[in-house]
Amino acid sequence: MALSRADRIRTALETAFAPAQVVVEDDSAKHAGHAGARPGGETHYSVVVVSPAFAGQSRVARSRAVHAVLDVEFQGGLHALALRLLTPEEAARA
Amino acid sequence: MSNPTFDRIQATVTENPVVLFMKGTPVFPQCGFSARVVQILSHMGVPFAGVNVLEDMEIREGIKAFTNWPTIPQLYVKGEFVGGCDIVMEMFQSGELATLLAEKEIPHKAEA
Repeated sequence: MALSRADRIRTALETAFAPAQVVVEDDSAKHAGHAGARPGGETHYSVVVVSPAFAGQSRVARSRAVHAVLDVEFQGGLHALALRLLTPEEAARA
Repeated sequence: MSNPTFDRIQATVTENPVVLFMKGTPVFPQCGFSARVVQILSHMGVPFAGVNVLEDMEIREGIKAFTNWPTIPQLYVKGEFVGGCDIVMEMFQSGELATLLAEKEIPHKAEA
């Protein structure tokens, strides 16, 4: 069975950021019929990554690092990606 | 190498202190993420120019490469990229957005 996009996103993030926590949610069903939605879904995701790799990086830099890791998914129809990117210290305070 | 689309984008973010590249218009957003940023800017009383990427395919694709950012909306303040929906929302909630607007001398309502 082929891996879902959510599985691929999780694996890519785990490989790149050695995160303490990763949450990947497929929100595609909530956006069915909207622009960017596709019949097969797998277009809209929410992702939380907690990783020490984000320390000292701006919000924009953190997001760009995640976008770069998931570039192949954007090329393949990933349309919307809500990101919450925290260091372990920030996650503990949140 | 000159890129006419990049030149247009650069002119837009230079001529307008606050620019939101969005889907739809500030009055009629056509995407929930764009709508959320419009809501925040309106709530803060920030004057901004909305650029509807759905009406201009060159800008729609060009802005992603220009900013090195794969999604829309995209907020620019004084020619600098601030972020997309998540970042704008986090900065609004933490008060960083008000601080940034003050630093950049952009008129906005003081938080009640």
